[in-house]
Amino acid sequence: MSDFTMPSLGADMEDGTFVEWLVAPGDTVKRGQVVCVVETQKGAVEVEIWTDGVVDALIAEPGHKIPVGGVMAKILVKGEAPAAREGVAAKPAPEKPGVPEPEARPSARTAAPAKGVQPLRSATRLRITPAARRRAEALGVDPTKASATGGDGAITLADVERAAAVRPTQQAPSKPTVKDDAEARRSAMRDAIAAAMSLSNREIPHYYLGTAIDVAPALAWLEAHNSGLPTAGRVLFAVLQLRAVALALREVPALNGWYENGVFRSAEACHIGVAIALRGGGLVAPALRDADRLPIDAMMTALADLLRRTRAGQLRSSELSETSITVTNLGDLGVETVQGVIYPPQVALVGFGRITEKPWAENGRLFATRCVHASLAADHRVTDGAIGARFLARVADLLSRPETLWQD
Amino acid sequence: MARLSRDEIRSIVIDCVSEIAPEADFDALKPERPWREQLEIDSFDFQNLLAAIETRAGVTVPEMDYAKLALFDEMLDYLEARQAA
Repeated sequence: MSDFTMPSLGADMEDGTFVEWLVAPGDTVKRGQVVCVVETQKGAVEVEIWTDGVVDALIAEPGHKIPVGGVMAKILVKGEAPAAREGVAAKPAPEKPGVPEPEARPSARTAAPAKGVQPLRSATRLRITPAARRRAEALGVDPTKASATGGDGAITLADVERAAAVRPTQQAPSKPTVKDDAEARRSAMRDAIAAAMSLSNREIPHYYLGTAIDVAPALAWLEAHNSGLPTAGRVLFAVLQLRAVALALREVPALNGWYENGVFRSAEACHIGVAIALRGGGLVAPALRDADRLPIDAMMTALADLLRRTRAGQLRSSELSETSITVTNLGDLGVETVQGVIYPPQVALVGFGRITEKPWAENGRLFATRCVHASLAADHRVTDGAIGARFLARVADLLSRPETLWQD
Repeated sequence: MARLSRDEIRSIVIDCVSEIAPEADFDALKPERPWREQLEIDSFDFQNLLAAIETRAGVTVPEMDYAKLALFDEMLDYLEARQAA
């Protein structure tokens, strides 16, 4: 028997609030399968399981706060004989004193009627678009009461708004609670960022490097690539930046990994954290997995998917637990330079400022071109400036010669 | 597709922006300043917005013209003129 536990989704996470199961006892589960949803300071996270087996018992219940490492389910590992099940599975609501109380703040999600009537739902997960789910929360509408008109029977934003319009207005008292809920989540995220960044500032001796890069050739190359693509499929410049970082890390692996208990551990894969600002405040840096292995269009698709799910609060646990370096991109809004704060236990953060037109001198010629400033904040306990400089020079070189980015 | 009036274009753009940024307040928008910074529409949001406008208004904006859409009125001007093309 194996325990399926609350994962640690970053150095700053202490616990998570259980939201729902996507499997039932007796279901076969495969490594990498999403089996439940947990609410964290970074939003709702879809949690994957990393063993093949059969679900023996589901222990976590909606609304329960569970510490990192706390048991959420019992899994029969492949080949194991089913144990006597009466103990846990037959008992619908364990009320042991050790089980944490459901949180006081009810949300539209935890108040779903499926709970209680049918404590273990399997394939009955509510099909609802993320925007509709958020709207339902904001309006205090029970999404299960909305009639679905979307594809595959999904509840859409319009369905929720119709349901809200039909609903009698006397439900006003639930509104402030829902608002408090969003407010509480924002403040929890603020606390989590504060804790991680304070730890970083306290313990990591940062050193900073920066360089300006002429990106006019890269922008022209990208425009040519995009000219044949539909609007929604156009590759963003950020993809080229992430690719350059991924390739440069192959040559300078000392910046890709984690420093824990006085030892640096190099990451085997290249899962680059992408810092994503959330509307209404806050920041999450989920991983773009295997950033060094994706072809250009697949990388754009993966990035778009990551951005969409981050903003919809639908990240997966593996995207928050294996990030080995972070890239922050201030994009085409904002300022020219950024000096980052490393996200512990990572050892480096790469920053890109906005693209600006600048005078540029080269080979005795002066001309105007479009530039971007790239920066590196790195952990001096692991590397020295010379190594950081080698990395940043490599990033600059790759971005200056875009045709070399995907030539292998 | 029938030619859209400026008011129709404006209402399509507002719809599409609101879908991405539900809190966007168009009445508070300062017309003389870049609108994307005011509404926090980053490059990813902007691309999704253009795709949505393309579907609704039938106007495609090539990447080389992005700079012509800096002010909100400039964007409406551009879309209005472009649908004739």
